[in-house]
Amino acid sequence: MWPTASAESAPGGRGGGAAAFARQTFAVAEMELRKLRRDPTELATRAVQPILWLVVFGEVMARARLIDTGGTSYLAFLVPGVLAQSVLFIAIFNGISVIWERDLGIIHKFLASPAPRTALVLGKALSGGARALVQAIVVLLLAVLLGVRLSWSPLHLSGAVALVLLGAMVFSSFSLSVACIVKTRERFMGVGQVLTMPLFFASNAIYPTSLMPGWLKVVSHLNPLTYQIDGLRALLLPVPAATVAHIGLASDYGVLAVTLLALVAVAAQLYPNIAR
Amino acid sequence: MPMPAPPAIALEQLVRRFGPVTAVDHVSLAIGRGVVCGLLGRNGAGKTTIVKILTTLLPPTSGSARVCGCDVLRSATEVRRLIGYVPQALSADAELTGYENLLVMAKLYDLPRGVRAQRIEEALALMGLEHAAHRLVHTYSGGMIRSLEIAQSTLHRPTVLFLDEPTVGLDPLARQTVWQHIARLKESQSCTILLTTHYMDEAEHLCDEVAILDQGRLVASGSPQALERSLGPSATLDEVFTHFTQGEAEVAGAYDETSRTRHVADRLG
Repeated sequence: MWPTASAESAPGGRGGGAAAFARQTFAVAEMELRKLRRDPTELATRAVQPILWLVVFGEVMARARLIDTGGTSYLAFLVPGVLAQSVLFIAIFNGISVIWERDLGIIHKFLASPAPRTALVLGKALSGGARALVQAIVVLLLAVLLGVRLSWSPLHLSGAVALVLLGAMVFSSFSLSVACIVKTRERFMGVGQVLTMPLFFASNAIYPTSLMPGWLKVVSHLNPLTYQIDGLRALLLPVPAATVAHIGLASDYGVLAVTLLALVAVAAQLYPNIAR
Repeated sequence: MPMPAPPAIALEQLVRRFGPVTAVDHVSLAIGRGVVCGLLGRNGAGKTTIVKILTTLLPPTSGSARVCGCDVLRSATEVRRLIGYVPQALSADAELTGYENLLVMAKLYDLPRGVRAQRIEEALALMGLEHAAHRLVHTYSGGMIRSLEIAQSTLHRPTVLFLDEPTVGLDPLARQTVWQHIARLKESQSCTILLTTHYMDEAEHLCDEVAILDQGRLVASGSPQALERSLGPSATLDEVFTHFTQGEAEVAGAYDETSRTRHVADRLG
């Protein structure tokens, strides 16, 4: 069938290396995106929650004027929080796809290929990031419709895109790790439900950390979501960054990047479990 | 004098335990290059476990497993480059087209762009899937899905191919198609094939050698003809199998395997 093959000299493709790693990573992400393009209903249903948070919760809290947001309107303060929250909700359930693939046998085939586990994990995380970007556009359009003024400078926007990607990839790799441990859909959904709300409330998404009791302030600073939201506020709101963000962009990016590297490493270690 | 090439597959005192259960119990087996070998056994006999060890998905508890001389633990990446694998479950992604299923595998094996396009085209033609290439796999028949999976697993021209229950749940016509594909792979000479099955006619039809497993132990191996002769002048492979395997034993793992097989059959049905 393959008369020309000198099987053992060049069995697979080219050698390894960073370029090969990138190609393998993008191959995994590409297939996820092809599926998403075919069935975008998922994206539509995911637009419902942010609408509720901004239109109902946001408008009411804005009227109540209970939360001191340093001169910025509460609704504007809330937009980056809701943006990050919807990214979190997408990413935290990203791992379910690997459980599907386990039940189908797809993941067994991937794991028997020479693609590094890190590339398989990073590819999945990247697809989570791409979904999140689509969601981010929906939330920002919603904010515009509600009359929230945002900063549209290309520099700030690309910075925000990077933060959305980073945050989504952090929680996607976390989710993949959880999936590799629990292995079944039912348990995974349970764990996902249990995790999302604490991550959301123990962050600066809907109130500034300055209003938190001491212990919660500590917890919220261990939560990657807080750094993502801090950065998004600094970049997206057209006011001096210091009035709405208190951590600083360098730390925001740094913490998210280091967390991502650590979680990808953990998920890559756990990934072979899924096929056992 | 050049060293003789190591066998395609070599198991030495291979053991795999799951908690208290010994799924593979001191199995030693060598399979030569270009041979089609059938791994036979009842549900839970350890067939799939051996395949998972050889495809680097599962580490052995003790003993060793090598593919073309490469140890599955120490040289896992090397082994992965040498092998192709069709898992028992239907592993083509139903939400992608046939073409996309091939494309993702070609990319994971990092085939160069030009080779990729050519191999995908060849594979589609060989499997008779050209017309269905851009249809979603969930519109495929069971035989088409298995054909696609075999195509996926051979794009990179593996030296050793593992087929775990390749025809389970298929209708007779689809089985014929899959058999033809396997026979054609065998003709190429450069590909060693290890397949698991519980269909004796399949083993008889396709395999140069068979190895019979019973409760994790290797109980017989050799060519189907030789095994039949050893039992009597008119013995069949069915009789050989019954002779070497124990009666209706309660085997650990049988429930899982049965439910998995039914699940595959459901999806094919």
